[in-house]
This record gives sequence, structure tokens and C-alpha cells, in this order.
Amino acid sequence: MNLSALAMQPEIFLAWTSIIKTLVIVFGIVLPIVSLTVFAERKVCAFIQDRVGPNRVGLPTTILGFKKDIRLLGLGQMIADPIKLLLKENFIPNSVNKFYYYIAPKLAMIPALLVLAVLPFGPNVFFGDIKVPLMVANVDIGILWVFAISSLGVYGIVLAGWASNSKYPFLGGIRSSSQMISYELALGLSVIPVFLIVGTLNMQEIVVWQRENGWMVAPFWPKGFSLEQLLHGDFAAIGASFAAGFSVQRLLIWVPMLISFIVFLIAMFAETNRVPFDLPEAEQELVGGYHTEYSSMGFALFFLGEYAAMAAGSGVIVTLFLGGWSLPFIPDGSATSFFGIPFIPAWGASLLWGLIGMTIFLAKIAAMLFLFIWVRWTLPRFRYDQLMKLGWYFFFELALVNIFITALILALVKF
Amino acid sequence: MEVALFWIFAALMLGFGAAVIFLKSPVSSALSLVVSFLGLAALFLLLDAFFIGIIQVLVYAGAVMVLFLFIIMLLDLKTERARKINLPAMIGGLMVVVGFVALLVKLLPSFDIAKPALARPVNDVASVGMLLFSDYNLPFQVIGVLLLVATVGVVLLSRKELK
Amino acid sequence: MLIDFLPILLHVVVAVGFATVVLVLNIALGRAGKRTKIKDTAYECGVIPEPGPQPRFSVKFYLVAMLFILFDIEVVFMYPWAVVYRDYIAQHGMLIFWSMLSFVIILLFGYAYAVKKGALEWGR
Repeated sequence: MNLSALAMQPEIFLAWTSIIKTLVIVFGIVLPIVSLTVFAERKVCAFIQDRVGPNRVGLPTTILGFKKDIRLLGLGQMIADPIKLLLKENFIPNSVNKFYYYIAPKLAMIPALLVLAVLPFGPNVFFGDIKVPLMVANVDIGILWVFAISSLGVYGIVLAGWASNSKYPFLGGIRSSSQMISYELALGLSVIPVFLIVGTLNMQEIVVWQRENGWMVAPFWPKGFSLEQLLHGDFAAIGASFAAGFSVQRLLIWVPMLISFIVFLIAMFAETNRVPFDLPEAEQELVGGYHTEYSSMGFALFFLGEYAAMAAGSGVIVTLFLGGWSLPFIPDGSATSFFGIPFIPAWGASLLWGLIGMTIFLAKIAAMLFLFIWVRWTLPRFRYDQLMKLGWYFFFELALVNIFITALILALVKF
Repeated sequence: MEVALFWIFAALMLGFGAAVIFLKSPVSSALSLVVSFLGLAALFLLLDAFFIGIIQVLVYAGAVMVLFLFIIMLLDLKTERARKINLPAMIGGLMVVVGFVALLVKLLPSFDIAKPALARPVNDVASVGMLLFSDYNLPFQVIGVLLLVATVGVVLLSRKELK
Repeated sequence: MLIDFLPILLHVVVAVGFATVVLVLNIALGRAGKRTKIKDTAYECGVIPEPGPQPRFSVKFYLVAMLFILFDIEVVFMYPWAVVYRDYIAQHGMLIFWSMLSFVIILLFGYAYAVKKGALEWGR
């Protein structure tokens, strides 16, 4: 058997394509997103506080003998920050429990990266008969994987706090883990209505469902509506497709879906320790929280994990509620032509539409990340008792009631 | 491939399971138990029991062990390290182990291991759901009562501290 | 399908590998500084750290963790329920709705008890 035939064997094909996808998603997409988010956070913060923000680090052309550096709006900061952290002294204080101090940042960062494995970054792309989903692993229990893995993220933080052998990190670690487990309940309960409607836990299928029936937060979806109808001014056809897409059930479901979305969004803020729920690192009382004793790469890994968790969380929100990679009028990977350009083969068109779907998904994630940053520089922090009360009394009950309202609507009103 | 993975994860599970007992530091023991649970979850996945496998991670590794770790970390670990080996407890534990192994040796041959597993379900979350709400509805409600008792028990035990 | 989990295994390897490589790179490239006695101590806002006893914790942290486990199990049962819900209604009727409702109501008695006893009050 020659090499190319071997590469097309189902298992081996799956193995090498998924290695490529994993590497591209982790190193080509998420790490740049993290780096860009850190930069965006500084820029947006500066904008909100009426400052300029970082604007100097660009291309260091003075090294090559030019008179001036090219500043590029300070975008060089994106690369300069990680390099700086990489070159700093890897200092382990004598007072810490060395082994756990050393592995804690890893344990905090790895779950954030693992969640990415089940996020559908794009539609299924077809190469002839072979279907390649633009995600690492298309598993049926997708969302359960997300919750299971993110529940392991607590260990990194608890261990960092404990192993540091210092008061502030310890307090921060305990607070953080208590907060994370409290909001995990609201997080888990608030998405149940989505699965009641869709009837699957597979992330890709949830997106496909939303592509056909409308996004969870905006359920009024015209059936059979196309761009040509709009271009030709065929208003009768547009009206007919709007009427076909309308149903009483969707209208009734809309309110529970919005509640579900808002509870999930807020619980996600709490899960990722973002303002207004950033008590674990409340700098006025706890210095840096659980990573007070960390420096250089250990600190960088916590930072990376936090922002990667934010990006992954945004990805989950986009997938479940905002239609994932779908956008009205944009074909998915099953399309065989790309604007009718003749020399693009069917697989090329499929791949191009797949990549466009991926761009849409990333654009939605970027919008969510902007929301995270915007909230951070706008709202004050909760007090600890307020935080716990909100999670256990308000969101827990709201999400629970919401589930049964949705279930009742689905049972009583037919589509 | 599956067989190789089975041995890897089984070794992982048993190795860290042994570490739970032999490691001196309670924190290390608890974390070994977490790794052991992850190995067990992988074994469930290898048996096509995806739902159970993931739940193993979600509930045991992600929730129960966090509580364990919480409690251990707030204990005074120095007294734990200084503790002497308790001989009667050792002997008792050893007897339980011997009894358990004897039971396994007696029982295992009666299973027909070569027999293939049950017909594999395509979507095991859905089949769990269907079974749970038709054949096992009463046990499901009993679980609810069990959880209620546990909740009340927890609150009752810590009642003194709450006031 | 089991084979669907192969990519996940590979992804785990990549993630763990990445974390290891950056830390090793950091050790190799990071500049080695001087160690001083002060630098080795825990950070306590510039004051010499008080080596007092371990901080004592409110029992509420345990209580929250314990209640979380109990309600987490409830959430776990809801996933298979949600997945089969519409199929079940179409085939067998409303039984599935009532049985989950009664399950949750049983648990809510426990929740109400915990709330009444102030297990989730952090004010005092």
C-alpha cells in the first residue's frame, strides 16, 4: 500500500486531519486571540478612561538601522508581552510547596485549552465524499465535555493558593473555587432549555439546528428567504417566507431563551473570574489573589488560562445561543460553487465557505470578548455575600423555573 | 489500539489508586484519586459508555474531590505527617483486601468474558434518558429522596457553626 | 462512536505538551537572578510575614461545596431528560414532565431547608 492510500484510511485520515486542526486551533487561532484580547483590554480600557493606551511598540526598525520605529498603533505589544514573560526569571520561592507550586499554573491553563476541542469553528467541509468538520472532535456529548473539563479548572487555582504558603493566595484560591462551583450550577441549569428544544448535546448539530430554525436569542427565522428575493424586490415571496417561519411556539419560547441566555452569560462571567465577579483577585484586599506568588511563565500561564477560558466561554455562548458559524444567506460547507466562479472545484468552494464560516464564528467571539472587556471597565465589583446570594438564590431559582416553563411550552404548544 | 489504551488507562487508574494509599501527604493522595478517577472515566469511554464516563469526571473528579481537597487543605497537615502506623488498622485493612481478592478469584471464572458486550447503543445519552423515565422512574424518585436526606443532613451537621 | 474521541486524546497531548514546553523554555531562556532571603519569603505587602497559624475558615465554604455536589447530581440527571424530552412526549405523553417536576420539588425541600437555616447566608 502506498503512502497516500494509507493516509486515506478512515482512522489514519481522522488522526492526521485532527492533529492539523488541533495545532491550527490552538496555535493559529486561540493563542493569537488571547494575545489580541490582552492588547484590546488595554486599548479599550484606555479608551473608556479617556487615555491613549499602549501605542509605541510596533516594528523595531531601529535595530535594522532606520531612524524611526514603525509604531503600528502599538500592536507590537501583542508579541512583546509574551516574549518578555518568557525571558523573565523563573523564580520559585523557598517558602512554597515546590511540586504543586510548579504544576498549578499548568492545571489552570490546560482545561481552558481542552474545552476548545468540541467547539465547532466552522461547518462540515466536503472533499468529494469525505466529510471533515471544522472542529477537533465532533462528539455527541459535546457540551458535557465542556462542563466536565471546566469543572477541573478549579484544581489549578486551589492548588496555587495552597502551595504558595502565603495568606493572600490562600484566601484567593478558596474564594475562587467556592465561587466557581456556585456558579457552575447556574451555568449547567441555564442551558437545559436549549437542549430541551434541540434534543441533542452535539455542538455541531446545535449550530445546524439554529442555521435552519433561527438563533436561540432571535428565533424569528424566515423559511426559504434568499438574497435573490430581496434583490429582485419580490415582496410577495419575502412575505410568504416570513409567514412560513413564524410560529406561536417560537414566540412563546423566545422569553425563556432570553432568560437562559442572560443567566448563562452572567454565570460565564463568574466562572472566568471577570468583573463584576473578580473577587479572587480583588487587588485592593488580596493583592493578586491566587497568583500573588507567581512570576514569569507561571504567572503567564495563569493569565493565558484566564483569557483562553474567556475565549472558549465566548465560543460556547456563541455556539449555543448566537448561531455559531452561521449567518443568514451564507451557504455552509455543502455548497458546491463559490459565487459561480468556474475554475474553483467543488471541494475548493466547500473549503472556502467553511473558512468564511470560521471567520464569522471568530467575529462573533470577538464581539463577545469586547463585551467582557466593556463590562470590566464599567461595573464595580460585588461583595462576597452579594455574589453568593445572587448565585444561589436568584440565578439558581430563575434557571430552574425557566427550565420548567420551557418544558411546559414545548409540551403544550405544537410547532 | 483499544486494547493498548485499555491497558494504559487501567495501569494509570490502579497506579494512582495505590498512590492514594501510599503517599504520605493527604493533598497528594486526594490528587492521585482525581487522576485515578480520570483513568476510570477513560475506561468507561473505551466501553462506549460516554455519558457515564463524562459524568464520572463531572461529578467525582470535578465536584466530590474539590470538597475533599477543601477539607484536607484546611486541616493541620503537620499532625497528619507525624502520625504513627496503626498496627491493628493495618491488619484489618489487609484482611479486607485478602477477602476481596479471594472473592474475585472465586467469582471471576463464572463470568463468560469472551462473550461480546451488549449491542452498542448509538446515542447513549438518549438511551439513558429513555430508560430512566420509563423503566426506572421509581428509583429515580428515590434518588431524589436520598439527595434530600443528604441535604438536610449536611445542614443539620453544620447547624452549630451556623449560629 | 469511540473513534470520535481519538481527536480529543490528541488534543490533550497537544495541550499538555504546550504547557510543558513553555515552562521548559522559560527555565532555559529566563534570566537567573540572585536569591536573597527576603526574596524567598512570602509576599505580605512588604512586611515580614507573620508565620501565625493557618487561617481558620468559615464552615460555609464546606457547606457550599457539599450543597454544590448534591445539586450538581440533579443537573446531571437533567441532561438525558432534556435530550429525550420531545421524543418522549410524542411517544408516551406527559409522564416525563411530571416525573422531573416531582424530582426537583423533592430536592427543593432540601434547598428550602438550607435557605431557612441560613446555610447560604454570608452576611454575618
